[in-house]
Amino acid sequence: MLMRCVSKTCNTLLHKCGRPLAAATPSSRTLTHYPVNDALYGLDKEHQKLREATFNFAQKELAPYAKEIDKEDNFKDMRSFWRKLGELGYLGITVDPEYGGTGGSYLDHSIVVEEISRASGAVGVSYGAHSNMCINQLSINGTHEQKQQYLPKLCSGVHIGGLAMSEVGAGSDVLAMKLRAERKGDYYLLNGTKFWISNGSDADTLIVYAKTGASGDPDRKAITAFIIETSWEGFSVGKKLDKLGIRGSSTCELVFDNVKVPAKNVLGQENNGVYVLMSGLDYERAVLSGVSMGLMQAACDVAFEYAHERKQMGKLIGEFQLIQGKMADMYTTISSCRSYFYTVVRSLDAGMRSSKDCAGVFLLCGEKSTQVALDAMQILGGNGYINDYPTGRILRDAKLCEIAGGTAEIRRWLIGRQLNQEYK
Amino acid sequence: MARVLVGVKRVIDYAVKVRVKPEKNGVVTQGVKHSMNPFDEIAVEEAVKLKEKKLAGEIIAVSVGPAQSQEVIRTALAMGADRGVHVEVSAAEYDLLQPVHVSKILAKLALDEKADLVILGKQAIDDDANQTAQMTAAVLDWPQGTFCNKVEKTDAGLTIVREIDGGLETIKTKIPAVLSADLRLNTPRYATLPNIMKAKKKPLKKVTPKDLGVDTSPRIEIISVEDPPVRQAGAAVADVDALVAKLKAGGHI
Repeated sequence: MLMRCVSKTCNTLLHKCGRPLAAATPSSRTLTHYPVNDALYGLDKEHQKLREATFNFAQKELAPYAKEIDKEDNFKDMRSFWRKLGELGYLGITVDPEYGGTGGSYLDHSIVVEEISRASGAVGVSYGAHSNMCINQLSINGTHEQKQQYLPKLCSGVHIGGLAMSEVGAGSDVLAMKLRAERKGDYYLLNGTKFWISNGSDADTLIVYAKTGASGDPDRKAITAFIIETSWEGFSVGKKLDKLGIRGSSTCELVFDNVKVPAKNVLGQENNGVYVLMSGLDYERAVLSGVSMGLMQAACDVAFEYAHERKQMGKLIGEFQLIQGKMADMYTTISSCRSYFYTVVRSLDAGMRSSKDCAGVFLLCGEKSTQVALDAMQILGGNGYINDYPTGRILRDAKLCEIAGGTAEIRRWLIGRQLNQEYK
Repeated sequence: MARVLVGVKRVIDYAVKVRVKPEKNGVVTQGVKHSMNPFDEIAVEEAVKLKEKKLAGEIIAVSVGPAQSQEVIRTALAMGADRGVHVEVSAAEYDLLQPVHVSKILAKLALDEKADLVILGKQAIDDDANQTAQMTAAVLDWPQGTFCNKVEKTDAGLTIVREIDGGLETIKTKIPAVLSADLRLNTPRYATLPNIMKAKKKPLKKVTPKDLGVDTSPRIEIISVEDPPVRQAGAAVADVDALVAKLKAGGHI
């Protein structure tokens, strides 16, 4: 195979995908990545092609930089990478081509989230916040004029998007938010702060939720969603948070000081923002489960390969029963998570939106991703504990999936409450 | 230039470590990751570039092989080819298929489809034959530009820069011609999602070598397939004199 060493992608891939170092003795057959059995999940040829294309792109254009992005807590080539994503049609997957989108499905979107997250969890989250939380919300709830104005640049990657609902005092209790929007004729004045906002320091366009009930109105649900341009006067980025994982995806405090928002930028109806918020959370939870899936897959990629390269006591460690058992558990976990994931996402494409399943799949995938990441680290042993290997980063990234987008506790509460309702 | 025919071959992915079958009559392909031959990706990219410059009207992607070869045709369609032709052969036939057969198939298709240009990868990474483009040109009696580093359309035909042992050689040919793509000709694009979605609707015709009047009877017989010999350890020597002495003693000089 002379030509292999001259092949264009060879050097990049083989040397930069985090292959175990000289500690392992190469055996006769190694896979740099453990393949996803697409056909098993009923993915047709088109979706198999999509995974192949996204995998090739993410592994060449993103994976080699994942370690640095995490270490520096900065994705310095984010803007140019976003343009590349735009050119591939990956940013506005669920958006009508009339507005610059791809006219694809939630299943398409999910496969792309998975493969981007497999290369870098942080970029997967930024991508999710942009393409699902901002773009998809705009696409579903926006007027024709709003979509014409904001979607094309978001879909091409010229603009970066985000979404702001949480505040310091309003996490699980999101309706306790305090950001106020005072109606003044044909505009609103926004005053207050937001916290925990992904893409906070990079976004050009934000969907922001604010309280619009009359002063003293005890109705916690009097919330309105707005489309904000971060270039407007009065808007500024406060703190950028120093996170344990998902580093390189900025998470920030946002400050609104008399930000003037034209009334035509109300997304959905005034005081009906709760509907936009809660329905948005369903789509967010379903699609962003793909981040957990990508991280679990990355954990399997690293650990399975290592187990079939590392020899101790004259044998590949992957052939010792305890490691076989651990790999088996990782494999069945990721396979069952993926089955639920695609099932829920396909139901969204079929026009069904089951809140308890959207919360359910994110609950399952989020919690399992931490466990699978821990298992991967354990298989690598000492090597799993050093930052030469990606297992530490995968674990730190995975843990967020139990917290953001509604904590695991909130997800459980939602499902339980939904079940209660069904018995009333 | 109306039509460009591009040949694409499904090969074991370059990153896979190839294993010899225990029966020693071939390599393990079952369950192994396959992809489009990297040089063929470059060939497809060149064709798509010609179409974008409006120098080509239609791109036809061809693959000769068993049913799974359709996958690489679909990849070509997702990169921008307009339609595909799958020349189906059985798995057993495929094991013994050689450039001498494939070149006749491609030549017949080039004539049937009225192609003006045939672009192939310079060689496949499984057999490293580097014969198909040359043989196809010979069968068609068309000029050939092999190991292309750069291809330019001129009024007279094509100006081609080729990578040769001594450096770069520039030749001019008329059209129609057969080209083979070398590594630095271009950087293949990733398939975009819109193109992947469009590819589903593009026509993919299936034919057999018999339909094209090509005899695929094997010209070779595989006797055995073995691993290359394990590389022996080297030995360090103290100085140049010792090195020369050792080489002389080993009969190497």
